Amino acid sequence: MIEADRLTRCYGRLIAVDALSIRAEPGQVLGLLGPNGAGKSTAMRMIAGFLAPTSGTARVCGHDVQREPLKAKRALGYLPEGAPSYGEMTVREFLTFILRVRAMPAETGFRRFDEVVTHLQLEDVLEQCIDTLSKGLRRRVGLAQAILHDPPVLMLDEPTDGLDPNQKHAVRRLIDSMARERTILISTHLLEEVHALCNRVVIIARGKLLADATPAELEARSRYHGAVSFSAPGSGVSQEMLGRLPQVAAIEVDPLDGRITVFPKAGARILEPVEDLLRQQGLEVSEIQLERGRLDEVFRQITTGEGA
Amino acid sequence: MTPVAAIMRRELRSYFVTPVAYVFLVIFLVLAGLLTFYAGDFYERGLADLQPFFVMHPWLYLILAPALSMRMWAEESKSGTLELLLTLPVTLVQAMLGKFLAAWLFLGLALALTFPIWITVNYLGDPDNGVIFAGYLGSWLMAGAFLAIGACLSTLTRSQVVAFILTSLVCVLLILVGQPQVLDFFQGTLPRKLVNGVAHLSILRHFEAIARGVLDLRDLMYFLLTILAWLTAGVLVLDLKRNR
Repeated sequence: MIEADRLTRCYGRLIAVDALSIRAEPGQVLGLLGPNGAGKSTAMRMIAGFLAPTSGTARVCGHDVQREPLKAKRALGYLPEGAPSYGEMTVREFLTFILRVRAMPAETGFRRFDEVVTHLQLEDVLEQCIDTLSKGLRRRVGLAQAILHDPPVLMLDEPTDGLDPNQKHAVRRLIDSMARERTILISTHLLEEVHALCNRVVIIARGKLLADATPAELEARSRYHGAVSFSAPGSGVSQEMLGRLPQVAAIEVDPLDGRITVFPKAGARILEPVEDLLRQQGLEVSEIQLERGRLDEVFRQITTGEGA
Repeated sequence: MTPVAAIMRRELRSYFVTPVAYVFLVIFLVLAGLLTFYAGDFYERGLADLQPFFVMHPWLYLILAPALSMRMWAEESKSGTLELLLTLPVTLVQAMLGKFLAAWLFLGLALALTFPIWITVNYLGDPDNGVIFAGYLGSWLMAGAFLAIGACLSTLTRSQVVAFILTSLVCVLLILVGQPQVLDFFQGTLPRKLVNGVAHLSILRHFEAIARGVLDLRDLMYFLLTILAWLTAGVLVLDLKRNR
């Protein structure tokens, strides 16, 4: 469990994190979402005990990070931003060092070492210097370091940053597989990640909490939520006719490919009426889609305070 | 394994996987030898002791101890591993101790590798080996003091060069402060008691006392307290940086 209570951090006059309160429970993958410089890393650094908060408290598994730092740190696996590690060490040396610092008993230590190395597919690079590894591999070494002691709470600062799509997929699968009994907090500025991983999202910007919801709830805030879009090539679909439907609020045509998007009035369902209308008119529609809502639009709306 | 031992071991390893250890050892041994024979008039004195060898050590450490300590924290800050290290379940004191002990042991090894000169002097004459042992002990304690200063100052900056220069500066001050010229200068401006106090701060005075073979508790305490004080200051700086 991670609890942050009115966590605040100032750098001189700049308020990097402003009274941030978040709470993540076991079984939850909480996404900390925000534009660059929103205060995500600063917040995580305070929860991890690297930075002292200016005010407010953070607790990991009930242990106050300031008052019982060692207990909190033992319960926490943390991947700092950029996955720093000692470049001159080999992967094996580095992970062994982590085992030793965490004072893990030899038997469980070796078992976990083997499990984690297999899980993250690091077998082939165990004897290589971390400096010589690719970015993706280095990230995986960082992840290995974070999960080595099988922590109940995991905090990953941009775990997939700079990875190629396959590596991203692998890392997400890994996080997914660990999610069931653990509390996981990941920070990201990638919206796809939210869909792929998180069951709750906290959006922050300029250090302030702006939204705390499930991805579906966020999507529902989108203008596109419930909208119907279709392509009807070569046919002059009458926008006028569509506009006359009582549930329709607006119609937009993509100037590039001619795709038509029909927006519903608040709470209205328009897929069926639109389909009916198209059928009545005998119009050929190559494909029709009900939109779930666009997270990027909602994100922009929330973090910049402007409409889509 | 305790966190202190784990950190110490990692630091020691990192000396040896990078060229740092070998470059350091070679330069240390060559300089120690050269200074003893050329600047220290080892043969010309016609005495079977290691005074000319130990007398050069403060100046040797002035360059080499900061070179060893400069990376201690500055590099961790720069490469971001500081965040990794300090979010592991270790206290600042443990991390500081582990790093310091690694450097101190390493310098101890460098010192131990000067044993041929001890063999030489025993071959040439009949020296007082007790005094020589005291000299080695004093030298190692002095190295510890310099390294502790370097460990502290290395927390202040991300730049190893800055750490090196600051450490050398403080060390040279601690060497010079007991010299007659410096004390004469203070004599005119400061009250007598203070001048005496300043004189007692001198690393040279305490080292020379031990190196003469007089193991006075006060001299030993001086070095241990110096080490303790600077390491504590370093820990405080690290803690302050969390609140920065």
